[in-house]
Amino acid sequence: MAETVDQDIEKKESEPLLSKKNRKLLTDPLDDDNPITVQVLGICSALAITVQVQQAVIMALSVVFVMIGGNLLVSLMRNVIPNRIRIIVQLVIVAALVILVDQILKAFVYDISKALSVFVGLIISNCIIMGRLEAFALGNKPWPSFLDAIGNAAGYGWILIAVAVVRELFGSGSFSLPGLGQVTLIPEAFYNFGYMNNNMMILPPMALVTVGVIIWIQRARNTKLVEEN
Amino acid sequence: MGVNKDSNGFTFGFAIAMVVVVGVVLAITAMGLKPFQQENVQQEKMQNILAAINVNVSRNEAKTQFYDFIVERVALNYQGEVIEEKDGDIITLDDGQEAFESDPFNVDVKKEYRGLPAEDRSYPMYICEKDDERFYVIPLVGKGLWGPIWGFVSLYGDGETIYGANFDHKSETPGLGAEISLPSFEEKFEERSIFDKSGEFASVRVVKAGKAGDDPHKVDGITGGTITSVGVDEMLKRTLQIYIPYFENNKKS
Repeated sequence: MAETVDQDIEKKESEPLLSKKNRKLLTDPLDDDNPITVQVLGICSALAITVQVQQAVIMALSVVFVMIGGNLLVSLMRNVIPNRIRIIVQLVIVAALVILVDQILKAFVYDISKALSVFVGLIISNCIIMGRLEAFALGNKPWPSFLDAIGNAAGYGWILIAVAVVRELFGSGSFSLPGLGQVTLIPEAFYNFGYMNNNMMILPPMALVTVGVIIWIQRARNTKLVEEN
Repeated sequence: MGVNKDSNGFTFGFAIAMVVVVGVVLAITAMGLKPFQQENVQQEKMQNILAAINVNVSRNEAKTQFYDFIVERVALNYQGEVIEEKDGDIITLDDGQEAFESDPFNVDVKKEYRGLPAEDRSYPMYICEKDDERFYVIPLVGKGLWGPIWGFVSLYGDGETIYGANFDHKSETPGLGAEISLPSFEEKFEERSIFDKSGEFASVRVVKAGKAGDDPHKVDGITGGTITSVGVDEMLKRTLQIYIPYFENNKKS
C-alpha cells in the first residue's frame, strides 16, 4: 500500500518531459532571450568565424555538443561542486570536453578536425557556455539543463549562420557548406557589368554591423525587447 | 551529507580529485588515439607531396600512390650536399635517432625550423617520376600572420622551373590569408622560373595583387592577405636557395 502511494506522489511531482516550462527553455534563447542579440554574449566568436557559412556551421555544431556535455556534467555535479572554486571547475570541464572532442576528431575524422582547429580555443572561451553553466546548470536538474543547452546553442548557432550567409554572399559572392565546398552564387555577368565583391564584408567590423542589423530587425518585430527609456 | 561543502579540506580535495580524473582521462585518450592520428598526419603529408606534382588523390589512396610516384627520398645539409638517401618503404623513426638518418620522410621541417639554426637543419627532398619525367619536391615552412604556413613546391628536372605548388596554413584568416591553400593561388606558381635572365637565383616573388602580369618571376599575392603573401614569398626564397647547389652539382656530373 505504502509503496503505491509513494509512486503516486512521485508521478504528480514529475512533469512531462516537454512541459510548457521546458519548451520555453528550448525556444526562448532562439528569440526573446537570444544569447547573441539580446544578452550580447559570444560576440567574439560571432565576429571571428562568420566569413564562410561552412565554418559557422561547424562552429555551431561543436558548440551544441560542448554545451550539452558541459551543462549535463555540471548539472549532475551541482551538489558537490565547492562554491568557491565553481568557475574553475566549470572551466576545467569545458576545456577537457573540448580537448577530448578534438582528439577524437583528429583520429577518426581528420578533415573535420582540420577545419575546426582554429576554433577549439574559441569554444573554450565562449562566454555563452560559461554563462549557461554558471547561471543555469548549477541550479537545475539535468533534463532542463539539457534543454537549456540545446536552446542556447541553437540560438547562438542560427545567428552565427545568418551572419555568415550575409557576409559570404556579399564578401565572396558564394555559399559554402561542410562537405559541399564553395558554390559561387553571383553570376559571372554581374562582375562583367562592374559588380565587385565587398572586401569590407570579410573583415570583422562588418560582422558587428551585420549583427547590429539583425538586432534592429528583431526589435522592430518583437517590441517587448525594446527598453522603456 | 555530513561533509561541509565549504570547508577548505573539501575544496582542496575536490580540486585535486578533479585534476587527477581529468588528467588521467585526457592522457589515456591521447595515448590511445596517437597511432591513428599519426597515420592521418603521414597520409596527409603524402597527399600534399603528391598534390605538388599535380597528382590529386584522396587521403586514403595517398599511401599507395606515394610509392608509385616517389622513387627516392633524400636529405641535404645546409650546403646542399646529400647526407641521406632512401627508397622503398618508409622506415619508422626509432628513439634517439636523428630524423634524417632513419628516413628523410621523417624530418619534421616545421619542428626544425622552430628549434634549430638554419645551418643545423636537414633539408629533405622527394624525387618523383611522372610520365617518364623527373620532378623534385621540396618542403617549405614559414610564418603567416597568425601562425605557421607550409607547403611543397615541385621543380622540373632542370631545377629551374616550378612544376606545381601546394600550400597550407594553421590559422590564417578565412577569405583572406587562408586563400593560399586554394588551387587558384597555387596554380599561379606553375611554369614560373626561379632564375632571372642573367642566371641568378631570384626565387618567385609574391607581389601585390594585380601587379605580377606576365612576369615569369612574379605571382599575384592575395588582396587583404598581405602578411601571409609576404610569408609565402619569404619561405620560397629562403628554402629554395639551399637546394640550388644540389642542382648545380647534378648538372656538372
